[in-house]
Amino acid sequence: MSGVLAPDRSRPEPAPAPRRRPRRTTLDRRSGTGLGLALIWFSLLVLIPLTAVLVKASEGGWTAYWAALSDPQTAAAIGLTIVAALVVTAINVVMGTLIAWVLVRDDFPGRRVLEVVIDLPFALPTIVAGLVLLSLYGPHSPLGINVANTRIAVGLAFLFVTLPFVVRTVQPVLLELEPEVEEAAASLGAGPVTVFRRIVLPSLAPAIASGAAMSFARGLSEFGSLVLLSGSLPLHTEVAAVRILGYIEGDNLHGAAAVASVLLLVALAVIVLLDLFSRKVTHRAD
Amino acid sequence: MPTDPVATDARPTPRRSGGGLFRNLRRAVVIVYLGLLVIWPVSLVAVNAFAGGVGPVLAALQDPALIFAFQLTLVTAFWSVALNTVFGVGISLLLVRHRFPGRRILSALVDLPLSVSPVVVGLALLLVYGGTTGWFGPALQAAGFQVIYAPPGLVLATTFVCLPLVIREVTPVLIETGTDAEQAAASLGAGPWQIFTRITLPTIKWAVVYGVVLSFARALGEYGAVKVVSGGVAFRTQTATLLVEERYQQFGATHTTAYTAALLLTVIALVALIVVAALRPSQEKRS
Repeated sequence: MSGVLAPDRSRPEPAPAPRRRPRRTTLDRRSGTGLGLALIWFSLLVLIPLTAVLVKASEGGWTAYWAALSDPQTAAAIGLTIVAALVVTAINVVMGTLIAWVLVRDDFPGRRVLEVVIDLPFALPTIVAGLVLLSLYGPHSPLGINVANTRIAVGLAFLFVTLPFVVRTVQPVLLELEPEVEEAAASLGAGPVTVFRRIVLPSLAPAIASGAAMSFARGLSEFGSLVLLSGSLPLHTEVAAVRILGYIEGDNLHGAAAVASVLLLVALAVIVLLDLFSRKVTHRAD
Repeated sequence: MPTDPVATDARPTPRRSGGGLFRNLRRAVVIVYLGLLVIWPVSLVAVNAFAGGVGPVLAALQDPALIFAFQLTLVTAFWSVALNTVFGVGISLLLVRHRFPGRRILSALVDLPLSVSPVVVGLALLLVYGGTTGWFGPALQAAGFQVIYAPPGLVLATTFVCLPLVIREVTPVLIETGTDAEQAAASLGAGPWQIFTRITLPTIKWAVVYGVVLSFARALGEYGAVKVVSGGVAFRTQTATLLVEERYQQFGATHTTAYTAALLLTVIALVALIVVAALRPSQEKRS
């Protein structure tokens, strides 16, 4: 499963091409046709629809765009989403690194079960995620904790769906880390905290950063798990994705597109950032 | 049960960094955290489904709306996985084995669907294929082909969100195996199709299988994008996840149908995870 979540470090630097003749393309007629067909399908499915969102958002120019985003209910939704995603990402950085550490460096009965548990939020339908969280933290909670329809519920849902990202990016790096370096540092008198801070953490930092970026992006875009759990109260627990749906259902496609364009631009920024991080990681490995 | 290769491969012997007390503390914190965040909540779905005994669950399984929703979901998932497998294998081959202008940009763009909010996916498709106001929708409608609020829209939305999954599994394997065997086959006179079926396909076989299993799990569970383009009409466009929502929000009724459908979806997700975890080491050893 780690392959699904980890940033793809292999693709940006493919098989060494420069050894071959410096041609701009290696496409022949057959593969050229294939590429053409693939591009048409990809455009019809992804590129044209996403462009339509940006075009719709730009209808009416900056003033209309700004008016849509500064609507109090919309601004509150975007603000809540960003703050909640940031808080959850901070928790994930700490807990994700700790979980990866325990999974790699520790061994105990049931550790393998935890490996599957980590991936479960990725495979579980988000509406079911909301339902199960509501069962434990809702009105009929066996724990007696009821956070349904509060902002804590938003954070809880984000925590659930973003759980795998930092764990799965840090884990492979931690596995490849050579314990000799840490042992050498320890034998030279460094305490466990110093070893972690000076030796382990710098090697993990790029992986933690890319995991954090993915977790932030996932949090921003989350929708399904909140439908049942957060109540989506305007100005209180409504997040950006729910606000978009509200606009669509109210037949205000311009407003929906304006909020969607903000989420899209953040998603693009995260992809660019991840590309930079992953190149840093591959360079480190060289 | 074999699990992630990350865990099963040569692992360093557990070391006592930080001493026994800290180790136990770390372990306890992780187990309690995962227990409260994932294990306990997810197990409650089974508890709640069977709250009234086995009878109501069996009755819910015979609910025609539930049967229809799962059939629709399976058919939708089948088409989107089929489309994504063909497209995914093709685009992976092009991205890895060929050089062309814009290759890097395309390589980054195929990952985009994983980062786009499902609701934005739905909105994007609505703006282009919507029957009255979309860019292409009215023309398609005039040709008698309804996309939005109809099964084709469900397939498009599901395909969009699952798009990168096959590609992400296949490209690393293609890069790792290189082209030596393919070039040898070509020099021995094999045609492109023969090379693909005899050399390339067997090497990427397991990667394609993981990609398909993961896409299938994701496709069955898609909710946000489908919610926007479906309209959620029972017996027409209501998928399994939409049924869970509708039945849970129904007032006054017990939620047995919602929990039963959720339990089915959870079991499918778990089976997919375990299948991938069980298959992966066998491929790891081959390479």
